[in-house]
Amino acid sequence: MIESSPLPALAVAVPLIGAALVAALGSMPNVRECVSIALALATLGLVVSMLPGTTDGRVAEATLLELSPGINLALRADAAGMLFATLASFLWVLTTVYSIGYMRGLEEQKQSRFYAAFALSVGAALGVALAANLLTFVLFYELLTLFTYPLVIHRESDEAIRAGRKYLLYTLSGGLALLGGTVWLAQMGIDTTFSEGGVLGSLTGRDGTVWALFVLLAGGVIVKAAVMPLHSWLPAAMVAPTPVSALLHAVAVVKAGVFGVVRVLIFVFGVDLLRDTGAWQVLAIGAAATVVLASLLALRHDNLKRRLAYSTVSHLSYIVLGVALLGPLALTGALLHLVGHGVTKITLFFCAGAIHVRTHRENVSELDGIGKQMPVTMGAFALASLSMAGIPPFVLFASKWYLGAGAVDASAIAFLFVYIAGGVLSAGYLFPIVARAFWRSSPSFTWSGWHGEASLKMVAPLLVTGLLALVWGIAPNLPFSFFSLATQVANGTGGGA
Amino acid sequence: MADQLPALIPVPLLVLSILAPMVGLWRQKLAFWLAIATIAFSTAMSGWALAHVIAHGPMTYKFGGWEPPIGIEYVVDHVAAFVSLIVMAVALAVVVATRRMAEQEMQGRQGLYYSLVLLLLGGLTGMVVTADLFNLFVFLEISSLAGYALVFLGGRKGMLAAYRYLILGTLGGAFYLLGVAFLYFGTGTLNMADTLAILSASEATTAISAGAVFIFIGLGLKMALVPLHLWLPDAYTFSPSSVNTLIAPIMTKVGAYAMLRMFLSVFPDGYLVDEVPIGQALVVLGAIGVVFGAAAAFRQQDIRRLLAYSSVSQLAFIAIGIGLATPAGFVAALLHIMNHALMKGTLFLAVMAVRMQTGATEVPALTGLGRRLPITTAAFTVGAIAMVGIPPTAGFFSKWYLSIAALEQDLWVILAVVLISSLLSAAYLFRVLERAYLVHSPADMDGTNDELEGEARRSRIPLLSTTWEPKIDVLLPLVLLAASTILLGVFNVAVVRHVLEPGT
Amino acid sequence: MEEVAARFPYFMIAILLGVGVWGMVGKRSLVKKLIGLNVLQSAIILFFINGSIREGGTVPILFHGEHGNAEDFVNPLPHVLMLTAIVVAVAVTAVALAFLTRIYREFGTVDEAEILSEMERQT
Repeated sequence: MIESSPLPALAVAVPLIGAALVAALGSMPNVRECVSIALALATLGLVVSMLPGTTDGRVAEATLLELSPGINLALRADAAGMLFATLASFLWVLTTVYSIGYMRGLEEQKQSRFYAAFALSVGAALGVALAANLLTFVLFYELLTLFTYPLVIHRESDEAIRAGRKYLLYTLSGGLALLGGTVWLAQMGIDTTFSEGGVLGSLTGRDGTVWALFVLLAGGVIVKAAVMPLHSWLPAAMVAPTPVSALLHAVAVVKAGVFGVVRVLIFVFGVDLLRDTGAWQVLAIGAAATVVLASLLALRHDNLKRRLAYSTVSHLSYIVLGVALLGPLALTGALLHLVGHGVTKITLFFCAGAIHVRTHRENVSELDGIGKQMPVTMGAFALASLSMAGIPPFVLFASKWYLGAGAVDASAIAFLFVYIAGGVLSAGYLFPIVARAFWRSSPSFTWSGWHGEASLKMVAPLLVTGLLALVWGIAPNLPFSFFSLATQVANGTGGGA
Repeated sequence: MADQLPALIPVPLLVLSILAPMVGLWRQKLAFWLAIATIAFSTAMSGWALAHVIAHGPMTYKFGGWEPPIGIEYVVDHVAAFVSLIVMAVALAVVVATRRMAEQEMQGRQGLYYSLVLLLLGGLTGMVVTADLFNLFVFLEISSLAGYALVFLGGRKGMLAAYRYLILGTLGGAFYLLGVAFLYFGTGTLNMADTLAILSASEATTAISAGAVFIFIGLGLKMALVPLHLWLPDAYTFSPSSVNTLIAPIMTKVGAYAMLRMFLSVFPDGYLVDEVPIGQALVVLGAIGVVFGAAAAFRQQDIRRLLAYSSVSQLAFIAIGIGLATPAGFVAALLHIMNHALMKGTLFLAVMAVRMQTGATEVPALTGLGRRLPITTAAFTVGAIAMVGIPPTAGFFSKWYLSIAALEQDLWVILAVVLISSLLSAAYLFRVLERAYLVHSPADMDGTNDELEGEARRSRIPLLSTTWEPKIDVLLPLVLLAASTILLGVFNVAVVRHVLEPGT
Repeated sequence: MEEVAARFPYFMIAILLGVGVWGMVGKRSLVKKLIGLNVLQSAIILFFINGSIREGGTVPILFHGEHGNAEDFVNPLPHVLMLTAIVVAVAVTAVALAFLTRIYREFGTVDEAEILSEMERQT
């Protein structure tokens, strides 16, 4: 049941309009940061206020204006959209608090631009989440690229600019492929309002057309989902400040990509059509290869953020693979993994940032014994590492359980082994960091002379997310009913299993 | 008075263009006010005409009361009113914004300058409203002559550019006239509606087709369609800033409009595709031009030249829409005529403001602009983003409608060209934006990078002053133009539904 | 041969058009370009006039009370048009000559290549 409501539009508008306010308050840092937090809380409040309706099956929808004859700019709070929107707006609150500590700790320049672009990016990500049709989705998807660009090049070093160019090249190309497919559908007169069974039923039997559309649409979204070989912008973009990497490159941008995979595969093509054509297999194999290869690459990198970046590439493909398997179990797992990986990976990035602020160290090999100096930070890091490896009862164990069950369900046992291998490799590239931090002391680094954690503004968020990685493993419905939303999506897709 | 509207748009401009230099001799400053009042009047008339056409349908005006096809007829339909309003509105914004730049550049000859401006606009609007093939030629030459003279005002380099522009422009006019001769001897009429009726009723002949080819070569030169674009980059680069800001957004658009007019009201439906392959040629040349212009723009150092090649690319985009020869294609072309006029107006005006405040014209010299002229740079950024075609700016919807129109005919290559051109535009425009916003950290200015420091010094961007924003008379038109590229993107459906679809 | 003779004016006009375009595009001297332009315009004017001729036709003036037969007159419209076209051509030529005078004063030459090298040298 769909109810007309201004709430979805407000949830997107508040950060977008608030960004102007943030930019205007540049001369008063304290006010600006209060406003940033207020914006994040207001947005979260708006999103959460739609949750009960969505779980009850009353979906709020706001139709704003006509973008092209017959195609509206429309936002709809359906279960899949709410899952992503809640995650993004919740983590935005934590990241804002964290950013204040980080940016002040490092005395970064151009903070107003940073906070404003941050708010804009979250607004665009919420737009991606709540978009009710493909054109609206494309609109926010492109805006997300544009708004995150200033964040990627925030440092303004040559390396940052090169990374920015690469970022634009990849993501704009992806957006254009997506646009190409959207235009084609519009020309064929197909209404692309997202629907759980897909909207391309009329193309059944026209395999060539379906394949071409699949290449354009899925190809467009997997750029942001960083499926190999389209991944190389993501490690490059790690040159951005850590809060940016944390929210945008572990949550908003890349998750917009995987969320796009969900939208395109499940809500545009539909499970049945993809099963018939077999298009899912290509994507599944690509994603499976990415899971393994990216993990192997992560093992080789000494730079902490870079290692985390490859870890992200790997885990994103978990989700893509889960969606591509097209079964309800795998889809539940994929959506849970989207949430769980968001909260887990953001913890790891928060920790990396905290270490950077306190010690200016970025390489794994320089972190021997740091656990004694920053026990809370490294404790949270350890929690997140356990979650990443898929150890019960952490959240990523739950999601991987469903993903693995989905692989079995789809009679694709090989992919089950991919998930297991991915977990082992995750442990392989993360546990040594924890081990070094707590149980090894290096003669080349003496930690005497300084002591302690980063400021409370940084430690509190990372502790919260670290604990949530555990809590959501046990009670994934607290407090945002992520599990209900995920199963609601999975059961509605009509993938008869 | 409404039935006089078609004449009320161009005629005051032409009449006042004679008066302006005399007034200018008496009081320099008065020439500006006279010009601006006239332009505002014509803009208002265009707006009224558009409202009238939407409400009551097209209107005609018979000069001297002679019935067509004997007399000259002016017709204002949806398309004419639309294009005329865009041309005049952009001109109004630009002329207001360039007042002080013109004072500086024209050095006491503003009377003559504004006379030429009015003559140019009179010629352009005349081309838009006339329904007579020979009258179109006359207005074409009037606007072109004013254009040559305006470009010539740009000093040493402008002289040769203007002379070449004159030679090529007149060649274009001559080809057009030759084409009209063929058409006239084939049909015995010069009235567009009459020509359409006669051509619809008769078989295609070689003479008519040859005439069509000559007409399109002529108009192709005027709209700078590749490979007939050679005059454009120099003319835009070396003309005075006040001039290129005015001609870049509007002049070539009217050439494109004249081409569209041939498809809509002169040649029967399908004639220019089935009988003589002009539509196909426009699509092919357009596709080449889109890519060539963007690639050439990427290599330019001078920002005006960069934008000039970008215009070559964007005009080719319009040519594709016209060449598709379907209502959807015409809608896309017309929408892009509007969008490109607004985007290029924004970009050239921002560049003019930068030149006025800092003297910088080369891309490397734009270093640090975002901090010195934040509002101007923001407007430039909006224009640039619209050119790239990020939704919901106007540029996105040009791409959208053109892609749909191309796909209607299964022209996949055009879809690819449209998408790739977007990427190429991003490549050359973000190169500028990077400069403007990024490279201004102290490390670049303390001597570690000599090249940059030298450029920054040459461009006279003061490193310490806080803001060099131009005054409100430049900023307001600039911000309005920039805002309109977003607003007309968001509300494009209103334009398409009420103006473009009924008109095509 | 008779064919050729009948179409003689058209051949001449085509040749004039060719000469004009060649002058405009192929000549280095800016003055010769202008001359080429004038030749081209003349060719088009001749084309129009040639098309209006009617064998045995007379001046299209009606005398009092007489209603002539349309076949007896040459077509007057192209003549009127060409009056306008000549005015346009004169205006263009005048503007071009004005440009040329300024260019000659500035660069001391009207040779395109020399002007270009002069501009190169100056910058």
